[in-house]
Amino acid sequence: MRAESVAMNDMMLLIEPQIPALRRYARALLRDAAAADDLVQDCLERAIGRWHQRRSDGDARTWLFAILHNLAVSRLRQKTRRGPHLPLEDAEAALPVRPATQEDALRHRDLLRGLGALPEDQRSVLLLVAVEELSYAETAAVLEVPTGTVMSRLSRARHKLMQLMDSPGSAETENTAGRTHLRRIK
Amino acid sequence: MTTGRPIGEDDLQAYVDQALAPVRREEVKAYLDRHPDIAARIAGYEAQRDALRDALKPIAEEPVPQELSLARLIEARERRRFRPGWRAVAAAVLFLALGGISGWSARSLTLPPDTGMVALGEEAAASYAVYAPDRKRPVEIAATDRDELVRWVSNRLQHPVSVPDLASAGYRFMGGRLVATQHGPAGLFLYDDDKGIRIAVLVRPMAVEREARMSELNYGRVAGFAWANNGIGYSLVSEAPAQMLHPLADEVRRQISGKI
Repeated sequence: MRAESVAMNDMMLLIEPQIPALRRYARALLRDAAAADDLVQDCLERAIGRWHQRRSDGDARTWLFAILHNLAVSRLRQKTRRGPHLPLEDAEAALPVRPATQEDALRHRDLLRGLGALPEDQRSVLLLVAVEELSYAETAAVLEVPTGTVMSRLSRARHKLMQLMDSPGSAETENTAGRTHLRRIK
Repeated sequence: MTTGRPIGEDDLQAYVDQALAPVRREEVKAYLDRHPDIAARIAGYEAQRDALRDALKPIAEEPVPQELSLARLIEARERRRFRPGWRAVAAAVLFLALGGISGWSARSLTLPPDTGMVALGEEAAASYAVYAPDRKRPVEIAATDRDELVRWVSNRLQHPVSVPDLASAGYRFMGGRLVATQHGPAGLFLYDDDKGIRIAVLVRPMAVEREARMSELNYGRVAGFAWANNGIGYSLVSEAPAQMLHPLADEVRRQISGKI
């Protein structure tokens, strides 16, 4: 009992404060609020179940993001296998509702749409580094790739998102960067 | 003081992320001052970063839904760990191992579910079903290495255990091993008599029912007793009638409580 309540205290101390950030990452990655929370729940359940296997010298935040990211990736893959189905309504519904200015809201919507148009590997790097403020090394650990890969994906993600924002409306034409204006439909 | 290294794309990214050492940061800054076009791109990335944080911040500020309450999830998991689903598995193991089923006369089924003694007794019975019939290697550490076994089990249970002595009742200590349970590691000690009847004693720390009076458990051909003392649970089981095992369980309990 004593060992279990210690573990419980540790979990409350180290996992609980991360839940808002885990939700944010999941939702930004999946662009589907309900699916994102399901994913976070799955992640938390796994974290509770594997708490004893966690390396005690490891950082809990990185560990949690790694669990969540792996779940997100397999979910996204499943989705892709079932066909690229991402209704715009879902993306809209996933957006945070905030009584900010209309202009802000529009800007945010465009930005998140642009984010959604990035390839998943670039999107996750950008979110982990720029929004979740993980270090490059932590991001590399979460994604299980070398730091150099993190850096190059980050650079590509920023560049591409910038392009998407500069040419409004192009966010929908996914994966066209580098294939100049092929998607023009008459 | 300068590093003298040329400025690379990685430096520019790290500049945006404020991940540069102070000296390097100054160098990148000086570089950007000299290259306004690149400085504009980097400023754009910084604005992008801030906009992303702004746009996503409200998600992190939402109240956490109840389904994601950590305390609830931990509690739900605890409940699941004691769920009958597992008991069904243990029962299946037992039935397979023992062959015949004379039906669960099932004292266990009449006890309230999810209690520590029920789980403990079933773990003992499941371990008995697996190891006691094993003619080749029923124990991992033999009685001759009793000290090693005691050290191993005590370490893993994080509690000093001792091996009950049933020689006066005609049962020789054979040895034991560590076994896996739903509630962590447990020590399993095996005994046999001249007729080859084997008895198992299972020991593990208890999370619930840390103090419990002896209760009788009956799983058809395997019967036994379980109780808990000072946070440690004990269960003695064998393929023998309960009335025959009762004095043995009493003896084990007497020896253990005598040690405290």
